[in-house]
Amino acid sequence: MRILTIARNTYRENIRDKILYNLILFGLLMTLSSVALGQLTLGHEDKVIVDLGLASMSVFGTLIAVFIGISLVYKELEKRTVYALLSKPVHRREFILGKYLGLLFTLLINVMIMTAGLWLTLLFHRGVGFDSYLRLLPAVYLIYLSLALTTALALVFSTFSTPALSALFTLFLWIIGHFNTDLLEFGKLTNSTPIRWVTTALYYALPNISNFTSLDSRSVIPHAGYYQPIDSRALGWISVYALLYAGVLLVIAITIFSRRDFK
Amino acid sequence: MSVIEIEDLTKDFRVGFWRKRPVRALDQLSLSVERGEVFGFVGPNGAGKTTTLKLLMHLLHPTSGSARILGEPVDSVSVRSRIGYLPENPYFYDHLTAEEFLSYLGSLFGIRQPALRRKVSALLERVGLAESHNLQLRKFSKGMVQRIGVAQAIINDPEVVFLDEPMSGLDPLGRREVRDVIVSLKARGVTVFFSSHILPDVEVLCDRVAILNKGTLREVGALHEILKVRIEGHEIILVGPVLEMSDSLRPMCDELRLMGDRLHLRVQTSSQVEKILSYAVAHGAELLSVNPIRASLEDYFFSEVTHQSRLLVSD
Repeated sequence: MRILTIARNTYRENIRDKILYNLILFGLLMTLSSVALGQLTLGHEDKVIVDLGLASMSVFGTLIAVFIGISLVYKELEKRTVYALLSKPVHRREFILGKYLGLLFTLLINVMIMTAGLWLTLLFHRGVGFDSYLRLLPAVYLIYLSLALTTALALVFSTFSTPALSALFTLFLWIIGHFNTDLLEFGKLTNSTPIRWVTTALYYALPNISNFTSLDSRSVIPHAGYYQPIDSRALGWISVYALLYAGVLLVIAITIFSRRDFK
Repeated sequence: MSVIEIEDLTKDFRVGFWRKRPVRALDQLSLSVERGEVFGFVGPNGAGKTTTLKLLMHLLHPTSGSARILGEPVDSVSVRSRIGYLPENPYFYDHLTAEEFLSYLGSLFGIRQPALRRKVSALLERVGLAESHNLQLRKFSKGMVQRIGVAQAIINDPEVVFLDEPMSGLDPLGRREVRDVIVSLKARGVTVFFSSHILPDVEVLCDRVAILNKGTLREVGALHEILKVRIEGHEIILVGPVLEMSDSLRPMCDELRLMGDRLHLRVQTSSQVEKILSYAVAHGAELLSVNPIRASLEDYFFSEVTHQSRLLVSD
């Protein structure tokens, strides 16, 4: 119950923060701009709308996850609001989990708004079948999972670092996470065993963000020759991966936070 | 049973670039507080008062030693449902209104609606913030923040309340209101442990006082026990033809002041009192009062602190 209480308050604090609205607005504008850009593609406007819409959801969602995530704990420490909170019957782990869930819920609302914006944009295009709207949902789901993972990353850094460094580390790892598979391939190409070990270790240690961007317009719009069906089994494994990875990050965040002195 | 038991509590902070150099903020503090007491915790800046309170709230981990509140170790979460805490210079959530803030913290104790709503209204009334219930906390003045801080510290009807500089930033009216809250808590049998720089308030409110300096406990006990040895003389106030008498009385006393139609004399010994009274009455003056000059807590505090500083300098 206390976790939900903290989550509810975190959500309330987040939706009263202006940065959230600015980022959502930019995301929606980018989706709308795909209508104009689609005119340049000669018959593939629907693909451009879907790809740009999903990309803006991913990018702006990540920015929200990072900018709000890095200040989740830091702001409470800096402003010392954590003193009044932790003097109540609240475990430190409940505090971390409540903050995390609160931002997850904020991100869920954000993703729903951006999905609604994408649907409306597709509606104006009119050439898209009803089932494409449904096929968008797995892609949106994967993006949401990536945001949940990014939020957990930001939360870990927030427990011990300043907002600037936390943002830097989180975005750095998010970008590296897109090239995880390339890192592994690079290790395989070298003849050096130590390098292969290091790249393999990094492959498993770093978040594999490319997992969550595997669905795009090829899975949503069934044009002949382009259609890539959605593999439900793969979706299941990616979900397990996200759950486990975020779980490990939360354990790290709780451990660091539990040992902190609040000077 | 003592409600607060502190035993050899020590806290070192690690400073320096590699955080290797320890700085001792609290050195083997031991004291206990009984149920229903108002216990004052005084000391200059850097004495270790806030460190002690944070250790009791488990916001800091002790280097060594232990502390218990209501018989439970301070890291127990369950004991926090029976205590309240006001941090020093509190700052609360910018975007929440006063009502939302108290409801949020109240719900962490498991208080449900509609009881929570009633409790929040009553609390806001009690601390004089009923009209600001819908105002966001970022628009609160410092005094208002302090008052909402007191409210959140007592929302769960605690058995023990810890207040770190509760009068900080308050005007005389605000200080009076907080004093009244402390008095009412005492009347209900709540134990109050508070630190303050405003020594006259400590003197008025506290049953016992602990004086801390540079992380070490200097003195602890009932105020009248700490101050009883320090009767520093007597003050005599005379009225009547005092102007004519003042020259004659001046050699008999240590200090003489004419204030309007009253003559204030300060003497050290009882024999001086007798001599002055005999002369004054014989010459037609009227005795208004004879009062012992007892050192205030402030005087005692300053003499303790400067004495310790001198000892350190001579070392």
